Amino acid sequence: MDHVLRTHKITKYFYDPEKFQVLKEIDLVVNKGEFLSLVGKSGCGKSTLLYVLSTMDTDYEGELEISGQRLTGKNQNALARFRNEHIGFVFQFHYLLPEFTALQNVMIPAQKLGRYTRSEIEERAYEKLKMLGMHEHALKPSAKLSGGQQQRVAIARGIINDPDIIMGDEPTGNLDSYNTGLVFEIFQELTHTYHQTIIAVTHDEAFAHKSDRIVEMSDGRIVHPGGVLLPKMQT
Amino acid sequence: MKLSISIAKTHLLSRPKQTLVAMLGVTFGIGMFIAMVSLMTGLNNFTEELTMTSSPDIHIYNDIAEGRPTLLSVVYPDALQVVHHQKPKQETLKVRHALQLATLLRNDTRVSGVAPTLSSQVFYNYGPVQLNGMIAGVDILEEDKLFNLRAKMKAGRIEDLKAHAEGIIMGIGLARKLQVHHGDRVVITTPQGYTMTLKIVGIFQMGIGTVDNIRSYANISTVQTILQQDPSYITDINVKLKDLHQAKQLAPEFQRLSGYKAEDWETANATFLTGSIIRNILTYSVSFTLLVVAGFGIYNILNMTIHNKMKDIAILKAMGFAGKDVKQIFMIQSLVIGFVGSLAGLLIGYTLSLIISKVPFNGGDFIALDHLPVNFNPRYYFIGIVFGVATTAVAGYLPSRKASKLDPIEILRG
Ligand SMILES: Nc1ncnc2c1ncn2[C@@H]1O[C@H](COP(=O)(O)OP(=O)(O)OP(=O)(O)O)[C@@H](O)[C@H]1O
Ligand SMILES: [Mg+2]
Repeated sequence: MDHVLRTHKITKYFYDPEKFQVLKEIDLVVNKGEFLSLVGKSGCGKSTLLYVLSTMDTDYEGELEISGQRLTGKNQNALARFRNEHIGFVFQFHYLLPEFTALQNVMIPAQKLGRYTRSEIEERAYEKLKMLGMHEHALKPSAKLSGGQQQRVAIARGIINDPDIIMGDEPTGNLDSYNTGLVFEIFQELTHTYHQTIIAVTHDEAFAHKSDRIVEMSDGRIVHPGGVLLPKMQT
Repeated sequence: MKLSISIAKTHLLSRPKQTLVAMLGVTFGIGMFIAMVSLMTGLNNFTEELTMTSSPDIHIYNDIAEGRPTLLSVVYPDALQVVHHQKPKQETLKVRHALQLATLLRNDTRVSGVAPTLSSQVFYNYGPVQLNGMIAGVDILEEDKLFNLRAKMKAGRIEDLKAHAEGIIMGIGLARKLQVHHGDRVVITTPQGYTMTLKIVGIFQMGIGTVDNIRSYANISTVQTILQQDPSYITDINVKLKDLHQAKQLAPEFQRLSGYKAEDWETANATFLTGSIIRNILTYSVSFTLLVVAGFGIYNILNMTIHNKMKDIAILKAMGFAGKDVKQIFMIQSLVIGFVGSLAGLLIGYTLSLIISKVPFNGGDFIALDHLPVNFNPRYYFIGIVFGVATTAVAGYLPSRKASKLDPIEILRG
């Protein structure tokens, strides 16, 4: 199986209020089409690791590679372009742009990428919304949607550019059990039908156990890589 | 870029009140700038024009105050000399060889006109009224070349003076005080006691009280007669230059050439011109202050927007907007505020200027003015819009840069 993401000895410190090692030599390989849950006690460094993997946090030691590209040491502009094309995000708080409609929110990353014409983008955005059962609400202002609906729009936005990987920090953390189930099904469909790779930080045991692979962290280390053997990284 | 514009537009339109307030700040600043600068430069141009019409570019005359060394000090430059109770010498104001000098100056390529004149204090008598004033003996056609007298005639023609040896063209203020009209005869008396009756062949108005209320023109020979002087008696030579801004430079040269005092118009009207400079300083400093205030308003509003939009900025960055894209979104907003605000300001400024220019204004006896002079030079409208947009660009830059530097992790972590 191809890997989509690979890290080599990622280590990170926080210096405020005192020097503190939050990530300790993280080696992780994520394969294509994998639905991966990242779990661990509160404060063990899951979010911190996810933001390093997402390329938004560049202040670390070690190496990060996604889709065959070495991202460590690239400048911010290049990383922004990379995120736009290769990474989709789903957050705990849905973070839709409140002045825009659901459809416009989904379209923005594609317009930024500029690979398709406007009408093509609109068509694709409708398609994604339909996949998530949200096409009827496409023209509603995003602020007028319920929490679960907003999260589905956010997922549509996350997949509009057909990213190599979707990252989510507690994507169901703010949802009730019905909507959590719904989001889980969507993720499962994305991975199984569309071979989408997903990394989700979660506190929800049920959610984690239904996913394909559980990576457990403790105190800045990966303590259970979740069944898949780590191939040696050649550097 | 298109996407940034559409996001910026949505931001602006989603809080119309804030946007409007920010724009009004700029509008007010630019509007006041235009109105003030139009009026002030209008006044400046008006006074400058007045001084131009009433004073020659270079005036050559015999300045008696110019001290002359005593003969003793010339012969014995090192000797100690004591003179008690020295009295001024009885001197004539005559400029010697004036007509030759005039010819010489006329041949100078930088000179466009030369008018030798002589003037004297006189009393004007009409019935029981007696007024103190000046009479200038001129070649009226030469004088017209220098001061465009023809356009300032309220009655009669300047050629009439040539035809009437005993004619006089009188300032309108003087005529009014004497209650004389075109065609009347007035009696003039010199301080030396010589009296002559002259016929009013024309009335002029320069627009400045100090001229219109005291001066009249007669032929050179007439004035020479009442002063009982010979036909070579000339007291002043007025020179008009092709480029009036050369005056300051040429005056010393002419002074050396003629041996008499040569004064340029800038020196002669220093007080008027200082007024212009002060008005300009005032205009620009008031407008600048208004714009700085508007700039702070924009700075504030943009800062607030960015504060409220931190989450949006973080998510945009997560989705792949680079720092410069975020900066662009907010710079576009401030520039749109600046541009639209400035345009509205130009419109308001123009309307204000138009209203000011229509308001009746009585210049009194001193200057002939019925409306305030307003300058509608498009140059100031251009400066206004550049000024307005530049201010908002500066005011918008700092918050925009702050937004571009925002660390998305801090916010997304929740
Ligand atoms: N900006 C920061 N400066 C200093 N320390 C930080 C900062 N952010 C996080 N930490 C610390 O780093 C550690 C890991 O934080 P992180 O947010 O990654 O935990 P987490 O595993 O996501 O926890 P949770 O499950 O509660 O979200 C915590 O001890 C936290 O206090
Ligand atoms: Mg966390």
